[in-house]
Amino acid sequence: MEKLLVAEHVSKSFGDYKALNNISIEVPRGSIFGLLGPNGAGKTTFIRIINQITMPDSGTILLDGKPLQPNDIQNIGYLPEERGLYKSMKVGEQVLYLAQLKGLSKQEARVRLKYWFDRLEIGDWWNKKIQELSKGMAQKIQFVVTVLHQPKLLIFDEPFSGFDPINATLIKDEILKLRDDGATVIFSTHRMESVEEMCDHIALIHKSNKVLDGRLIDIKRAYKSNTFEVGLLTENKTEVSKILKDQFEVFPTSFKSINDGLQYKIKIPENSSPNDLVQFLMSKGQLNHFAEVIPSANDIFIETVQKN
Amino acid sequence: MNHLRLIIHREYITKVRNKSFIIMTFLSPLIMVGIFTLVAYLSQLNNDSIRTISVLDDSGLFANEFENTETLKFNILQDFDLSEAKKISELSEDYGLLFIPKVEKIEDISNAVAFYSEDSASLQQIDAIEDVIAEKANALRLKEAGIDAEGIKKLRIRVRAKQETYQGQETSKLGSILKLGFGGAAGYLLFMFIIIYGNMIMRSVIEEKTSRIIEVIISSVKPIQLLLGKIIGTTLAGITQFSAWVILMGVFSLIISTIFGIEPSEMQSPQEELIRQNLDGGTQQIIQDLILEIHNLPIANLVIMFLMFFIGGYLLYASLYAAIGAAVDSETDTQQFMLPILMPLILAIYVGFFTVIENPHGTVSQVFSYIPFTSPVVMLMRIPFGVPLWQQLLSLTILFTTFIGTVWSAAKIYRVGILMYGKKASYKEIFKWLKY
Repeated sequence: MEKLLVAEHVSKSFGDYKALNNISIEVPRGSIFGLLGPNGAGKTTFIRIINQITMPDSGTILLDGKPLQPNDIQNIGYLPEERGLYKSMKVGEQVLYLAQLKGLSKQEARVRLKYWFDRLEIGDWWNKKIQELSKGMAQKIQFVVTVLHQPKLLIFDEPFSGFDPINATLIKDEILKLRDDGATVIFSTHRMESVEEMCDHIALIHKSNKVLDGRLIDIKRAYKSNTFEVGLLTENKTEVSKILKDQFEVFPTSFKSINDGLQYKIKIPENSSPNDLVQFLMSKGQLNHFAEVIPSANDIFIETVQKN
Repeated sequence: MNHLRLIIHREYITKVRNKSFIIMTFLSPLIMVGIFTLVAYLSQLNNDSIRTISVLDDSGLFANEFENTETLKFNILQDFDLSEAKKISELSEDYGLLFIPKVEKIEDISNAVAFYSEDSASLQQIDAIEDVIAEKANALRLKEAGIDAEGIKKLRIRVRAKQETYQGQETSKLGSILKLGFGGAAGYLLFMFIIIYGNMIMRSVIEEKTSRIIEVIISSVKPIQLLLGKIIGTTLAGITQFSAWVILMGVFSLIISTIFGIEPSEMQSPQEELIRQNLDGGTQQIIQDLILEIHNLPIANLVIMFLMFFIGGYLLYASLYAAIGAAVDSETDTQQFMLPILMPLILAIYVGFFTVIENPHGTVSQVFSYIPFTSPVVMLMRIPFGVPLWQQLLSLTILFTTFIGTVWSAAKIYRVGILMYGKKASYKEIFKWLKY
């Protein structure tokens, strides 16, 4: 897959504090790339470097194969975590101003703005001041500001904070649609369920270092633990339980079931096949549930951070 | 460049459209003219009332010397003793009672005269009365000594030194006053401009921080562009407001003077009085001299240097204000940083209005006209008195070198500071930012 953004050995220090240590990342074109990490890991610094707000001490960033240029700001749309708008400026005027700073002409900006305002059904806010809007409404405006100049690369830092579930879904669908239309999205969030839902790739930064990077599905494969969730109907619960515990690593679990059977998570050795487990279980009773335990993004996040 | 234009435009438009800005633009000159008018009106009111002073002259020598004027009446009391006279004077609500006792010898009068009044009398009034008595007493003493007082008066000559520089340029007291006026006005204007619009720049930086829009903007433009755009836009708004003030002050005073018939400009300022005292000629003469003096002023030098020092000085301070705005999180946190800015400014004004007036080319004046943080005000006040060109240029060079250094550091502080949320920076931290 072709890469839109490539970061090569990027490092940045503030005084004695090393904010980023030799970070290399490749963002495939047309993907949604999750940039994860605990608070203070260096995500914001990295995003600011991509936006040329901060200059790296060493390393390069390539956009479309070329080192970042000052006028690449036109190709990037950035929704920072710390965001806001001029409170006493009117909505329409303000968005036009910000769009012009991104290199759009006033006429062009006006046309596109109309499209977005109609699309998000906020057309009648044109002459309102930001301070008259609710937080969620202002967030919608902010979203429009970020995408209006149709950048190749969109960077969202916690895009859903401040939205109610309806608007969060609306914005999520808009982001997916932008991706489908060809934009590449870098997505930084602490909400792991959004990562599961949206991200194709993720990178995890922890204490200024990259500790994990790759396709989400590959990472999940790497993190799988050969564990299976099983439900077994048997006459002789205590005996079967004892046998299972003797033979395998067994963890208690619970899932919804209409049967009143045994519920366990069972970990099998690396080299053995799940088929053996199934056969073994079938010999002990009626197998009515069998599923591989897939590590969630949340599990991976916590495990990786704690390991490092 | 296009970005800079956009930023300047936005800064200018939002400032000029701001309600409090508009209100201040109209209200300030109205208040100023109103105060002047009120003062003029009150002083007229004061002059309209006639003061009466009772005079009890036991010596019988001075009573006829006091002449009544439009505002001052002398009421000569006779055949009363002092306590009666006091009562009369008090009951008739006189301004005061002047008591001149009978004396053996004329010279004894010097400590014998007394003035009684409700409150302590005005110094001017007492001085005037003392002068009248002293003159008469002197004349009497001369007569006693057999000297012809009239003859002496005729023989007396007055000396007026003609002031000229070595280069043959004529100077005069009137000229000095004029120069003082020019210099003082220029220095004070700069001072006011820095305080008002420096603060405005600072507030607009803080506003961008508190509204959290700064990161959105900074991802589109360079911080230095934003900084410059802010300073230039606010300055243009400032110039607009200043011009509006000048025009509106003119219009308002015209309206008020036609409606109420009061000329605020008729008020006697100390300077005008000085001019009157120093020139015996009529108004015609004064105007002629004034024109001559203005002609003698280094106008071109003055105007060019005014612009240069004004721009240099203003931008120097404006960039500092912007840096402070970037370093803090809210306006209440600015105080600890304001003092180092205000100190040199106030010092400059003090040096200007005390030392430069006293001695425009003294060591203190010279030193402060080189120090970049005071030089704009002090040098502007010195220039009308004639400062060698090399000194002006040296001072300007120092000013602009410092200016570049300051803008560079301010831009660094600004760049780092605008992205620092939720903490109040210390001097130590700001110093560290310079090295990022």
